[in-house]
Amino acid sequence: IPTKQVKPRVNKANTGVETAGVKHSLNPFDELSVEEAVRLRERHTKKQSPIKVDQILALSAGGPKCADTLRTAMAMGADRAFHVDVGDSPDGGPEPLTVAKMLQAVVKQENINLVLLGKQAIDGDQGQTGQMLAGLLGWPQATQASKVEIKDESGTVEVTHEVDGGVETLRAQLPMIITTDLRLNEPRYATLPNIMKAKKKPLEKKTLADFGIEDKKRLKTIKVTEPPARQGGGKVEDVDGLIGKLKELGAL
Amino acid sequence: MLPLARNSVLRAARAQILPSTRTTTAISSAAFARLLSTLAVLEQRDGKIQPSSLSAIAAAQKLGGPITAFVAGANVKATSAAEAAQIKGLDKVVAVENEAYEKGLPENYAPLLVENIQKGEYTHVVAGHSAFGKSLLPRVAALLDVQQVSDITGIESEDTFVRPIYAGNAILTVQSTDPIKILTVRGTSFQGVETSGGGAAIEAGSDPKAPLQTEWVSEELAKSERPDLATAQRVVSGGRGLKSKEEFDRVIVPLADTLGAAIGASRAAVDSGFADNSLQVGQTGKNVAPQLYLCAGISGAIQHLAGMKDSKVIAAINKDADAPIFQVADVGLVGDLFEKVPELTEKLKNQA
Repeated sequence: IPTKQVKPRVNKANTGVETAGVKHSLNPFDELSVEEAVRLRERHTKKQSPIKVDQILALSAGGPKCADTLRTAMAMGADRAFHVDVGDSPDGGPEPLTVAKMLQAVVKQENINLVLLGKQAIDGDQGQTGQMLAGLLGWPQATQASKVEIKDESGTVEVTHEVDGGVETLRAQLPMIITTDLRLNEPRYATLPNIMKAKKKPLEKKTLADFGIEDKKRLKTIKVTEPPARQGGGKVEDVDGLIGKLKELGAL
Repeated sequence: MLPLARNSVLRAARAQILPSTRTTTAISSAAFARLLSTLAVLEQRDGKIQPSSLSAIAAAQKLGGPITAFVAGANVKATSAAEAAQIKGLDKVVAVENEAYEKGLPENYAPLLVENIQKGEYTHVVAGHSAFGKSLLPRVAALLDVQQVSDITGIESEDTFVRPIYAGNAILTVQSTDPIKILTVRGTSFQGVETSGGGAAIEAGSDPKAPLQTEWVSEELAKSERPDLATAQRVVSGGRGLKSKEEFDRVIVPLADTLGAAIGASRAAVDSGFADNSLQVGQTGKNVAPQLYLCAGISGAIQHLAGMKDSKVIAAINKDADAPIFQVADVGLVGDLFEKVPELTEKLKNQA
């Protein structure tokens, strides 16, 4: 029986920058992953998808705040959650390769056959974890998915994904890795009853060591700086002014 | 002026007192240049090198040391490999001819690259941060047990790289301690490769013939005669303010035509169906840095700014005088875009 796992990576603040105390939320791409997992299950119930989604496991690695994001995922429909506590670190938490290795261990341990991840976290913007995990497991991958369709009971999956200049459709067999793009779906809001229910769902606390993974840092942060500020050049009165200014700036 | 002068005086003094230190540094950096060797992974499609690949070569040139270009696909030796061989500054081109790599699918392309990276003992592997590079290189990095550095915008030294994080709201400088540096590079930050005048030899690479687990079904690419959005000199971009696809086409397209510009769009415009996905500019879309970025009906959310704030000149037309776009625009015009954009188009046409 297939199992689904979703890994919301938290929109974790700061990489040596001054973002402490900012609002944390589920990384938007991971919300899409949770939503898609839940939809795959619903499609089966409505007999639109041939494979039953037995279980949805949400997983997040990070500081104590991760627990909240995992509750959100469960309120959206995930069955249970793992919180891999790596402590709050100022340098953005474990690197994608470490996260991928941890997920590899989780996949094996929990007998998972589809992993949905966001295409990138909006803090680190690396966009690597899904592909790395696919490489480590030797599974097919589809990145930046905008449509996921399970075609038959043997687990043939068709994924339409975004490439430069358009979309491309790929076909692969489960088990596989899919990373989500913004256009995949519209994540639902967790309703109050579901939020209440989510509080009773199991949330297991884990550590990297539980999976035999060491938080090895291969990249050393030298510095984090502000980008050069861009100064607005002011406004013009009319279209002629606009053309004049653009000429002056050498843009026309 | 004063600190500068002091600095150079100090340096001159130090050089005289400690001539040996200088020599050692010179020797070690020369030794280092000899050891460094870069593989630039080229993206090709139907026998043609894709523009993102040129930025990979530009970055490789910045690293110093010999550069090998890598290309794989159907009959590439006569087509894209021959084209690559003409690029100035390459030592050689490694080509693998096999139909199986034509679509650049990472499941078999990653093992192929890994084998050739190990065989060539490269210290650096670079690809463009395009859909191809983004999907392929992390898989390669994982197979080599290396932490990749994505979407770099600068190279400080052979192991230290600069990349934007938090949608470009912070700039991170990282040092990689891995033996092989796997990098994807931002196209707008690495340019200026000469595509002719080179004469690199083409060599056959090794082909592990890893099985392909994914089947390529189809593709749907937006066709257009316009310049490519990512590399265009001018970009005209529209947002939610356009209200509908019909208005987008009626207002934005003629202006872009008049300027010979590529067309871009905000995420709001794409999500509302005004423009194709592939035209989205921003954190989750394309990064552009044209000479002129002219936008209408775009408020300037940080996710959008992340994709265009490196443009040379930014011009904005928006009816909301407080829109954040005006804080970054070099020229701002407050007004109704349905009036102003057609007027602008007309006036530019008459001038041409």
